[in-house]
Amino acid sequence: MSDQYPDGLLYHPEHDWAKLDGDTATFGITWYAQDALGEVVFYDPPEVGTQVSKDQPYAEIESVKAVSDVFAPLSGEISEANAAIGESPETINSDPYGAGWLVKVKLSDPSETESLMDAAAYQKMIEEG
Amino acid sequence: MTLPTITETPMQADRAKTIFEKSVAGRRAAVLPDAGVPERPLEELIPERLLRSEPPHLPEISEPEIVRHYNRVSRRNFDLDTGFYPLGSCTMKHNPRLNERVAALPGHARLHPAQDPKRAQGALELMWQLQETLAEICGLPHVSLQPSAGSHGELAGLLLTRAYHADRGEQRHQVLTPDTAHGTNPASVTMAGYEVVKVATNERGGVEIDDLRAKASDEVACLMLTNPNTLGLFDENIAEIAEIVHGVGGTLYYDGANLNAIMGHSRPGDMGFDIVHVNLHKSFSQPHGGGGPGGGPIAVSDRIEPFLPRPQVMRRDGTNGAEPLFDLDFERPKSIGRLRGFQGNFGVFVRSYAYILSLGGDGLSEASETAVLNANYLLARLKKGRAGRYLPVAFDRHCMHEFVLSGKPAKTELGVQTLDIAKRLLDFGFHPPTVYFPLLVDEALMVEPTETEPRENLDAFADAIDRILEEAESDPEIAKQAPYTTPVRRLDEVKANRQPVVRQALA
Amino acid sequence: MTRYTSATDTDRAEMLAEIGVGSVEELFKQIPEPVRLGRPLELADGLGENEVFERLVTLAERNADAEHEICFVGAGMYDHYVPAIVDAITQRSEFLTPYTPYQPEVSQGGLQVMFEFQTAMSELTALPVSGAGLYEGPSTVASAGYLAIGATGRSRFVVSRGVHPHSRETLATYAAGYGAELVEVGIEEGHTDAAALADAVDGETAALFLQSPNFLGAVEDVEALGAAAKEHGALLIVACDPMTLGVLKPPGECGADVAVGEGQPLGNRLDFGGPSFGFFCATEEHIRRMPGRIAGETVDADGRRGFVLTLQTREQHIRREKATHNICTAQALNALAAMVHLAWLGRQGYRELGELLVQRTAYARDRLAALDGVELLHEAPVAREFALRVDAPVAEVLDRCADRGIAAGYPLGREYPEYGDGLLVAITERRSKEQIDQLAEALGDAVKELGTRNKQQEVPA
Repeated sequence: MSDQYPDGLLYHPEHDWAKLDGDTATFGITWYAQDALGEVVFYDPPEVGTQVSKDQPYAEIESVKAVSDVFAPLSGEISEANAAIGESPETINSDPYGAGWLVKVKLSDPSETESLMDAAAYQKMIEEG
Repeated sequence: MTLPTITETPMQADRAKTIFEKSVAGRRAAVLPDAGVPERPLEELIPERLLRSEPPHLPEISEPEIVRHYNRVSRRNFDLDTGFYPLGSCTMKHNPRLNERVAALPGHARLHPAQDPKRAQGALELMWQLQETLAEICGLPHVSLQPSAGSHGELAGLLLTRAYHADRGEQRHQVLTPDTAHGTNPASVTMAGYEVVKVATNERGGVEIDDLRAKASDEVACLMLTNPNTLGLFDENIAEIAEIVHGVGGTLYYDGANLNAIMGHSRPGDMGFDIVHVNLHKSFSQPHGGGGPGGGPIAVSDRIEPFLPRPQVMRRDGTNGAEPLFDLDFERPKSIGRLRGFQGNFGVFVRSYAYILSLGGDGLSEASETAVLNANYLLARLKKGRAGRYLPVAFDRHCMHEFVLSGKPAKTELGVQTLDIAKRLLDFGFHPPTVYFPLLVDEALMVEPTETEPRENLDAFADAIDRILEEAESDPEIAKQAPYTTPVRRLDEVKANRQPVVRQALA
Repeated sequence: MTRYTSATDTDRAEMLAEIGVGSVEELFKQIPEPVRLGRPLELADGLGENEVFERLVTLAERNADAEHEICFVGAGMYDHYVPAIVDAITQRSEFLTPYTPYQPEVSQGGLQVMFEFQTAMSELTALPVSGAGLYEGPSTVASAGYLAIGATGRSRFVVSRGVHPHSRETLATYAAGYGAELVEVGIEEGHTDAAALADAVDGETAALFLQSPNFLGAVEDVEALGAAAKEHGALLIVACDPMTLGVLKPPGECGADVAVGEGQPLGNRLDFGGPSFGFFCATEEHIRRMPGRIAGETVDADGRRGFVLTLQTREQHIRREKATHNICTAQALNALAAMVHLAWLGRQGYRELGELLVQRTAYARDRLAALDGVELLHEAPVAREFALRVDAPVAEVLDRCADRGIAAGYPLGREYPEYGDGLLVAITERRSKEQIDQLAEALGDAVKELGTRNKQQEVPA
């Protein structure tokens, strides 16, 4: 299952992940989230410069018959948005932790990471339903 | 058991071709009259820059080929006149042809909506009579026929609520809807400028009274509800619910989707509702037309009446034994205003009025009885078979006019989902029930047989469900790849959504 | 008396036995006693089919319809000829009796018609995206306002007084809910007052609403008027008459972001106002904000061409309170009628019909304006409807004409008090030169008699 929930990422209970790189983090949705949503058909990347707040939605992902809010696992300002997946949203399904990343965020409060889960804790949360 | 042999049916082999693709330059159907007046160059009458340079690419095709085209296209539809259509919450009852005939009478079909009321007395009387009838059925004294559909009625009801509170100098911001409500309810709430506050549902699909009490406040403008509820069960706490909402000054809105269960037996007005919408295309037999038209009249209590849309049909008693006169009342200073053009979907009113005359008060009440009988009978038949194990009813007691099954055991024990069962039903010549609604039931199938189905059809449907589950016991793939015999098989919705093609590209 | 049901007493007994109850009454016990009706409905008992038919005939005969009166009334709905094949096709069970196409495998007929309809409306309006149909005209205008608020984040509408009064009133009704301010721009010489409009549109404006031909029949210069919207980033929403677009420059070529309108002239009966449909077309960038159903093309599991409802995440059943609209209907049957009518007219016939309307309208306008006591309300170019002033009380003039079997037009006074003497006259292909001449005679006589009488009465004062 490590492919599904790689180590080294931080996980948010709304099925989002964050990967830290200094004071910046990359966000995306987890394997579980993309699986539950089904084939993604539309994603509109947010604007660079937008402020995001931990636990608040910052974008929407659409499958054929569902719309899901994407929650920010951490707070900060969007420094880069993955425009390529606006064109090919199926990448979110095929490579949720790689090419399917959503935004990079310059963090405003790195201490927030303390409340996020590691892969094992996240996996346990899912299994317990 | 093996998968059905997949050989292409003749209809499947006949690939879809649009009428635009059948167009051949120079062909035509219509022969128009000569203008018959002295003609002048178009540019003399309208400045050239306001004129169209090239006509739109409409099809060029002869009349016989238009008729053939649409006849062939029509055969790719399943319809109520062909077979059982137990779509829950949609009330697919018979559409009497008499209603079509009377709607097509020139006095109805060719009556201009701006005709002077003096010269449209028959139409206004019909509307007035229909209003009176709906008022009696709903137990609320005032009716506006203007809303064009249930969703339009909902919006009307919420705008009436807003006007009612504003008139009392109050600004309220919240509308309570059950978390199981049909999606139109929350969408209407937002369009009316309110905030949705969800009320929890108990395991019987009824309102969770404690949660309602907790959320009822002077911020609450309205509670929207349907009863029988989305599980097809009557909410016995309705009097208490009404008391709680009225206690904080809110209005109570009744979504008439399930009125077919209770006509002549119980009335929303008597339950405490202030505003009701009626779906003329459900309870009152207006054909659904493949997705409209419909009609969504509203009935309201005295305190809401001043705010009803304009114009309102009114009756003036004649003096000295003269006939009463019917008119349109525009002088309604507190009215929320118009919801649409003219007076509403009159053609739908004619059909519904003819239906009500045909059944009468006794017939309507009996229609509801038979609808409830049919639903309970079908439920009993299903319970006895494999559905009892794999598709158990969500709440095991007598239902009203519809019931909800859960496909959860079928999914876990057989590996077939509700969608697969629905698709396999198509091969058996049945339209499937409503699927995946209400949301509170896992893998839901919502079945509404209506009163117009004979017992044999209910038996045949129960047998088909049993056959499908039997197949699935031996090979779930049969259902998972269904349908096999329909004009097309499962469609690629992902493709349709990723690169939407919503029109034909024409030269 | 039960109609349209099958259950015999034997059926009932056996079905109740299967359920395990003694009577239907037992099934209704879940309704608590205090909210039981406990008495029969106070409605007449049911009638036989022939009795109902006769009753409805009697009512219908008390209406003066366009079969028995020569109808020059328009104001948004028109007495066009509906070809026989429209009735034949729309009355087919396969189109008349299904529900919304929730199961696409058995709804390809309806879905394909929606796709064809969308294609046709895109062609007519010259805008790339069309929905499958909304309730009717004025509420569709109001729905366009809801889109504009979402698209611009602004909440101020500038509306020409040339927009149909029912549309303006419906827009105001909706705006009271979703929250928007309406600013009206007046009419000068039949056209929207361009200077006032330029002043009214500002950086807070979500949308500019125009109609062409406008309610007084005048063809507006949409492109020129719409420049103010472009300048301030407001949407240009244009209401149009689909029977004029064979001749008039389509909204999409005039800079419209959204084109809407009443669909009745296309294949739909007058029906005293409905049912008909509203059409809603837009530029590509608004596709995900469109209200209502949209059909799209795709393939099935074996690669066959097929159609589905698409972009459903916009809609109420998925997005709920965040939906782009609450509507569920597509007026599918009415849209089918329109599609059949348009196919019947065809590319050439559609244009010819537009030209026919313009020619006969020009004749009628000249003919009526030449009458004593009648003059043009404006001299702006018109396509199929025009406004007059009559030198006599309009209501009485209309009564006199009605006595001679002519519905002479639509009185403007209720909705335009400034044109209390105004009369709006509409032309369709059903109104022949002879009928126009009859109208001229009747109107001329009525104005002469009533006008003279008025003047005589004025003398003693």
